[in-house]
Amino acid sequence: MTALFYAAAGIAVAATALAITSPQAVHALLYLVVSLLAVAAVFVSLGAPFAAAVQVIVYAGAIMVLFVFVVILLNPGRDDAARERRWQSGLAWLGPALLALVLGVEVLFALAAGPEPAAAAAAAVGPRETASTLLGPYLLGVEIASLLLLSGMLGTLHLGRRTGRGGPA
Amino acid sequence: MIPGGPPPASHALVLAALLFVLGLSALLARRNLLFMLLAIEIMLNAAGLAFVAAGAAHGQADGQVMFFFILTMAGVEVAVGLALVLRLSRALPELDADQAARLKD
Repeated sequence: MTALFYAAAGIAVAATALAITSPQAVHALLYLVVSLLAVAAVFVSLGAPFAAAVQVIVYAGAIMVLFVFVVILLNPGRDDAARERRWQSGLAWLGPALLALVLGVEVLFALAAGPEPAAAAAAAVGPRETASTLLGPYLLGVEIASLLLLSGMLGTLHLGRRTGRGGPA
Repeated sequence: MIPGGPPPASHALVLAALLFVLGLSALLARRNLLFMLLAIEIMLNAAGLAFVAAGAAHGQADGQVMFFFILTMAGVEVAVGLALVLRLSRALPELDADQAARLKD
C-alpha cells in the first residue's frame, strides 16, 4: 500500500503540473483526469474506498465530462493554443510560482512543526461506516447540500436561458 | 490485510499541500477563464485529499463525509462557473479574465 501511495502521488503531481502548463484545453483536461484518478488511488491506499469510488464517479467522471462538453461548445482551435502559449511567458509564471512556493513552504513547515498525526489506522473506513456517519450526525449537512445543488441548478438554468442579446444563440 | 502498512498521514498531507500550491500558481498565472476553473478544481480536490488523509489518520469516517460535501460544492461551483464561461464566450472575443474585468465598458 505504501508503494501504491508513492507511485500514485508522483503521478498526481506530475499530471497536475502538465495539466496546468498545457496550452491545449483538451490536453489539460485529460491530464487532469489522470491526476484525479491518481488521487483516487491515493484514497484507496489511505483506506478510504468510499471516497475513492466517489472521486472516480463524480470528479473524474461527471465534473470532467462537464468540462469536456464546454470545451466542445467553445471549440478551441490552433489560434487559441497559440494565444495560450503567448500568454504563458516565463515571466507570467514567475510571480505566481514564487508566491505559491512561499505558501507551500509555510504549509510544509507547519506540518513539520505540528504534532505528528496518529499512526494511520490499519483498518480501512468502509462505505458502511461512512454512510452511517453521513446520514447520522451529518444529516443536516446532507439537506443543506441538496439545497445547494438545487440553487446551483436554478442558477445554471438562469444563466443558460436564451435571451435576445449576448445569450447563447 | 494491507501489505507494507498504510502510508504515514503526514506524507498524504504534504501531497495535498503540493497539489494545492500547483493549483494556486495556475490560478494566478493563467488568464483563460476555463483554465482558472480547472485550477480551482485542483485546489478543491487537494483540500478534499487533506480531509480524507486526516480522517484516515484518526480512523474516523468524518474526513470522507467532509470530502463528500466538498465534492457537492465543487459540482455546483463548476456547473455555475461553466455556464458563466459559456455566456462570457458569446460576449467576449476571447476568454480573457482581463477582458471580463472590463465588462461594464
